[in-house]
Amino acid sequence: MDAWEELVTSALLGTDRKPPAGSAGDTAAVALLDAAAVHTVRRRAGLRPGPAAAPLEAAPEDGRRPLPDAARRRLAQLLAGRAAPAPSGGRRGAAPDLAELLPQWLAAANEHGYRAPAAALPALLDAARARTDLRPQALAFAGPRGLWLARLNPEWKFALRGAGGGGALPDPHDGDAVLALWEEGLFAERVALLSAVRAQDPARGRELLASTWGEERAEDRLMFLDSLRAGLGPADEEFLEAALSDRSRNVRATAAELLSALPASALAARMAERAASCVSLDRTEGAERIVVEAPHECDAGMRNDGVVPTPPTGRGERSWWLGQLVEAAPLDCWPRRFGGRGPEEIVALPVTDDWRGELHAAWCRAAVRQRNADWSRALLGSPAAPQATGPGTSSLAERAQLLSTLPAEERAAWVASFIAAHGLSEAFQLLGVCAVPWAEPLGRAVVDALDIARDAGSYPWSFSGVMGLAERCLSPSAAPQLAALTALPAEAEDASPGAGGYWSEAFRRLVSTLELRASMHAELVSP
Amino acid sequence: MTDQGVRWTAEQVLALAPDDASRKAGSKLGVAGPWSGAGRDGSAAVWGLCEGSGRTPYRTVVDTTGPAYACSCPSRKFPCKHALGLLLLWAGGGVPDGAAGAPDWAEEWLAGRRERAGGARAGAAAGPADPEAARRRAERRAARITAGAEELERRLADLLRGGLASAESAGSGLWEETAARMVDAQAPGLAGRVRELGAIPGSVAGWPVRLLEECALTHLLDRAWLSADRLPGPLAATVRSRVGLSAPPEGPELRDRWLVLAQYDSADSRLTTRRIWLHGRTSGRTALLLSFGAAGRAPELALPVGSELDAVLRPYEGGGGLRAELVERFGLSSSAAPPPGLSLTDALAAYGRALREDPWLDAWPVTLAGVVPARSDDGWQLTDTSAAEPRSPVPPHTRDRTPAPGGVRPNGAVPLSRGAQGHSGLWRLVALSGGGPITVFGEIGHRGFTPLAAWEPEAPGETVPLV
Repeated sequence: MDAWEELVTSALLGTDRKPPAGSAGDTAAVALLDAAAVHTVRRRAGLRPGPAAAPLEAAPEDGRRPLPDAARRRLAQLLAGRAAPAPSGGRRGAAPDLAELLPQWLAAANEHGYRAPAAALPALLDAARARTDLRPQALAFAGPRGLWLARLNPEWKFALRGAGGGGALPDPHDGDAVLALWEEGLFAERVALLSAVRAQDPARGRELLASTWGEERAEDRLMFLDSLRAGLGPADEEFLEAALSDRSRNVRATAAELLSALPASALAARMAERAASCVSLDRTEGAERIVVEAPHECDAGMRNDGVVPTPPTGRGERSWWLGQLVEAAPLDCWPRRFGGRGPEEIVALPVTDDWRGELHAAWCRAAVRQRNADWSRALLGSPAAPQATGPGTSSLAERAQLLSTLPAEERAAWVASFIAAHGLSEAFQLLGVCAVPWAEPLGRAVVDALDIARDAGSYPWSFSGVMGLAERCLSPSAAPQLAALTALPAEAEDASPGAGGYWSEAFRRLVSTLELRASMHAELVSP
Repeated sequence: MTDQGVRWTAEQVLALAPDDASRKAGSKLGVAGPWSGAGRDGSAAVWGLCEGSGRTPYRTVVDTTGPAYACSCPSRKFPCKHALGLLLLWAGGGVPDGAAGAPDWAEEWLAGRRERAGGARAGAAAGPADPEAARRRAERRAARITAGAEELERRLADLLRGGLASAESAGSGLWEETAARMVDAQAPGLAGRVRELGAIPGSVAGWPVRLLEECALTHLLDRAWLSADRLPGPLAATVRSRVGLSAPPEGPELRDRWLVLAQYDSADSRLTTRRIWLHGRTSGRTALLLSFGAAGRAPELALPVGSELDAVLRPYEGGGGLRAELVERFGLSSSAAPPPGLSLTDALAAYGRALREDPWLDAWPVTLAGVVPARSDDGWQLTDTSAAEPRSPVPPHTRDRTPAPGGVRPNGAVPLSRGAQGHSGLWRLVALSGGGPITVFGEIGHRGFTPLAAWEPEAPGETVPLV
């Protein structure tokens, strides 16, 4: 026992019971304190480094270029503003909502190929943990060092799930490494690997999947099959055709869905034949119209091609089957069926016996699945047409989906005309599918409609959804056009009390957000 | 003398915020939207009108040499969100040059400040009004403290006679009572020590050893006070300040360019204490500025971390000469390189040397170079690679960071202190390092190392705060 340990023992038991060596009685306690003080200061003064733990594996190099200084400061500002509580009530003041700009900033930074500053990684990972919608962009920006860091802190383990898995993926061209990971990797790693290989070389990805297809579990087969969606082509038909006889119903349905997106596939041809037998042109009573004769049974062949026999509750069997047949049939088969008419003429034809809604809805789904812009255009109809009249669909959800198949400019022009005709109250969903920043006719249409809403005397928070979108999506070049709207107007007699002030505030927020976005993007461009 | 050309960075501005809520509120105001009539002038003043919830906009003006703030808003925060927002706007280049000079309302305040600054300089030389009465008061207080120290000695001796094992069951009542007696004896330093002693029993594994150490050091302080007249000057000054006697700073004034290394607050129920660590570029000295605020309020002094302050400091005596008072500032500019760094061994030796002048020091400020965070079974530590890593003239961006097995052999390690283990700044430190060597400023001592600021190897111009 060394001298210090003896002192500790004395101190614990008390000097009355165990006086330290060389002292006794009343002075023992003081002698103990004296000795302990000398020991304590001596021990502290003589501190040496202790044994070192094994070093961490070094973070992988990140070859991307560093952020310009101004952009680095902007990121810190956006991350600091992220957790700010959303102001209660409808009124948000004239200051921009920084948290809403973070996704856009991250997307732009990733596009420019910047590397995240190391000091910002913890805040970035915290942000991604709190908001799932931020994750893909935030993790891409955080890069290899972000993943390296996330592995050290259990709070960030979300970053290790999904794409990227726990470790770095091998180069898709490195055949042996790919095969090794495919055969031994964890499920998440294998999904990520298959997507990576598929993105580089669709055929190689399919071969990889085929090599172990028979041994995969049903739910894994479903996930793997889903990754063939990327880069889907005629060469995949044979593999998918085989998957039509899979043991799992979900796998069969997914295979059928993928095949029906290949208009030249045998399945698509079978579906076209079935659908055509149900839908025909009737010329008997003068005017031409479409006659629908829904299938009477769901035979083995249909089931084999992925038609689900049991409808959800509340839907009739026959219309359920019809919908699936038309949805899976290639749209190119219809002009032949209807005497060479184009999509617009076909959509305009009357349909007998209330089948119109069913048929048009199925065509909408087919147009979206097959990314067919001609049919989408026809089914969308005229943006200015009054709701629920005329041919095509009037459902906003369907229209939003159809719009997504059109080229960006046409999409923006269509939504602009829609807003010009119907105002903003129904435009939110449609605006959501438009490319950011909004192309010119669209931006002007939204600003004009906001101006009209203000003149009409409503309050700005009735349009807070569109306002929020406009802040994020309007082109910053629209700011000068808006400047005139930020002025406080004289209160009109019929206006809602105080509305003018709130509108001015809302427009000022819009302008300041646009200016902020403009400088945000400029900072990322300048070296 | 001023650096009106140099704008601060957003980080520097945000470092001034008294709390998180202000930081967020200020960030939201750091854009052109709510501002009108903003401007700045050659004497480093910035002003603007900020749209708020009131009918008239708030008038905000900041003197960035201070920095000092004035705002017509009713907020009790200091600086308020408007001042922070205005500075952020300025940091982002959004404040134009006010060619026509400051508006009257701003100029009035700025002129008042200039006047007061002149007055304070002139008045500082004046001594106490009645030296004889002051001497008598000091004697009376010293006698009280002596009585307190003797009483504390008896308490410690009683404790040791009965044994520390009984201290856990005795509870903290006895300690509280003793602490109150020390407050009565006008020895706040002793009272603070006693309260800390009361918190040790049962707190951690091995607490009896810590209790013995701290009892022994308290005993050492008592004895030192009781024989202070026989101690050498600096040590006697240390003892006086450790006991709780405040003395005005008396060291020679020191003008330097001071790099602001860290600023952080600690609060108890009565007081918020702000610590600001500075490094003198020319003198190489490290200095600590303390600033206090009533409970729940931020102390008034705030300096942006990572900037360089041209200022005169006057050190206090004792305590290793760390603590200083800010006498006069001339300007603030953005900064570049970190202070020169030490190895772990040298840093611990510096702590040991400092104990000669102040054996009650728990930690000593140091800048470490070439250290790597690593994880042991007991938590995070800093390992030293400075002596082992071959120094090659390869530029940093082409350097291979992958350690060859056995290539970089750590040269010992120091654990991070308990407070630092769970602090969010730890992750910034780890992220900056990426498993490679890094320069860190912090406090090293018998409880381990508490990191306060770090510099990214590839961007050494940026001081990253870790607290």
